[in-house]
Amino acid sequence: MTKQQVIEAADVRKNYRGGTEGAGLNGFDLEVTAGTVTGLLGPNGAGKTTAVRILSTLLQLDSGTASVAGYDVRRQGAEVRRRIGLVGQYAAIDEVLTGRQNLVMFGRLNHLGHAKAVRRADELLDQFSLSAAAGQSVGKYSGGMRRRLDLAASLIVAPAVLFVDEPTTGLDPAGRLEVWTAIRQLVDNGTTVLLTTQYLEEADQLANRISMLKDGKVVAEGTPDQLKTQLGSDWLDLVLVDPAQVAQVLAFAEPLADGEIRVEGTRISVPVKDRTRALTVMANSLHEARIDPEDITLRRPTLDEVFLHLTGASV
Amino acid sequence: MSALGWAIADGWTITRRTLTHWRMQPGLMLFSWFFPVLMLLIFGSLLGGAMEFPEGESYYELLVPGIFALTMLFGLEGTMTAVTQDKDKGVTDRFRSLPMSSAAVVLGRCMADMLDTLVALAVLVATGLALGWRWHEGLPSALAAFGLLLLLRFALLWVGIFIGLSAKNAESLTVVQVLVWPIGFLSSTFVATSTMPDWLGTIAQWSPLSATATASRTLFGNPDASTTTTWIGSHSVLMAVIAPLVLTAIFLPLSAHRYRTLSR
Repeated sequence: MTKQQVIEAADVRKNYRGGTEGAGLNGFDLEVTAGTVTGLLGPNGAGKTTAVRILSTLLQLDSGTASVAGYDVRRQGAEVRRRIGLVGQYAAIDEVLTGRQNLVMFGRLNHLGHAKAVRRADELLDQFSLSAAAGQSVGKYSGGMRRRLDLAASLIVAPAVLFVDEPTTGLDPAGRLEVWTAIRQLVDNGTTVLLTTQYLEEADQLANRISMLKDGKVVAEGTPDQLKTQLGSDWLDLVLVDPAQVAQVLAFAEPLADGEIRVEGTRISVPVKDRTRALTVMANSLHEARIDPEDITLRRPTLDEVFLHLTGASV
Repeated sequence: MSALGWAIADGWTITRRTLTHWRMQPGLMLFSWFFPVLMLLIFGSLLGGAMEFPEGESYYELLVPGIFALTMLFGLEGTMTAVTQDKDKGVTDRFRSLPMSSAAVVLGRCMADMLDTLVALAVLVATGLALGWRWHEGLPSALAAFGLLLLLRFALLWVGIFIGLSAKNAESLTVVQVLVWPIGFLSSTFVATSTMPDWLGTIAQWSPLSATATASRTLFGNPDASTTTTWIGSHSVLMAVIAPLVLTAIFLPLSAHRYRTLSR
């Protein structure tokens, strides 16, 4: 194990018999450093859940190697399970039991003594702002509360790495914010998180590093900023007041463009290499032509653009 | 603690989860325990009048042990539903990702369902006694009969776990829920198999449910015409031991394998 690699996967392959159960992996590689949040981003069927299930020992890989916290997932499953927390796609908690009863039960199954399990349950309920609902049956919880309890249940014994599979799928915006806040808190406390999501915004918000998955393979990897830069240039966006001015402004833009200029109505998007120079030159040209644009901005490509570019998927 | 020690400790934690369910949903539990009583009363008063028995003997003498056996079969449904729900909701996956004993999940289910069956059986016995049913061969023999009934339940537990783990979702269990009825009727539960057409009677006699129903009647000293007419009828106690053991021998390893290789 290199110094702080918590997860290392190399050329992992997995084919499902029958093929309908889930997406397989075709040479999946991943490295996750301690104390970071890594986002596995990809459309449905890209193999995100399969990767998580293999790394959390729920699923056997066909070939390749994968280790978590230095232990081989195939041969040392029990050691791996001692060091991970898993938050699956569904809130895996007992709906009849109360929030506290759930956490105490999972504490006991983590082999904590009764008193310790109760103490830990109360700590976690407090940390995830669930103390008020601790005595209520989980069946009465909102989606966001269930998810938070689910996260809490995965953290009973501080795991070396926490797997979180699509944490906000099916939640309303309020629930989504609750869960994001909870995950950010974990990260502030130093928990290493591997997060899968199909929402670009979520990856952008939560992850330090993103691996983009397509057809069971990582097609791009890096910080959100690096990925945005990989796609190439920044964009100079102009919104004009008068459609008649478009042709004239396009003439100014041509020499600055580093690629194809996009025009939508009165909005002109120019890919540029030297961002600040492009902005001053354009501003100057507009000024001399006495054109007052409604808006003029410089921006990095959005993750959506990177995603579309790399996966060819529709969002 | 040893591996076995942990398996039992973890299994007990999971059993306690079910016991907490009982406490949280008392209405549901009471209904499930009194459902067999309802069947006993319905069938007893519905069919009892139409049947002819020797002077002083009531249909309940035949029916009560039959309903005991039927209750063991119906327990299958509870096992299946609980197992499928846990699998569907990801609870099983969470258990599998914990450093707990992997045998504990099934062990816990097993203990919880056997306790559930004991309660249901106790309620039925009390009702049976109130309706005039008696055992006539002494307490040891009666206890042996209860032992055979619980053995059948134990065997069906593994069938239930296997089907529950194999089912796609809770909806697909409906098929099994419907099928338990003809299986229940095609046996010596309600009538002696000797009163059926020959071919049907033969099928019914070889049902493990009939073996247990007839065997428990033999041990309770309750009447069952099938005991004297055929080989299988006169060897029902032997069959009531062997059939559940065979079922267990088939479905216990299958369930264990299913559990280890869920969605692989």
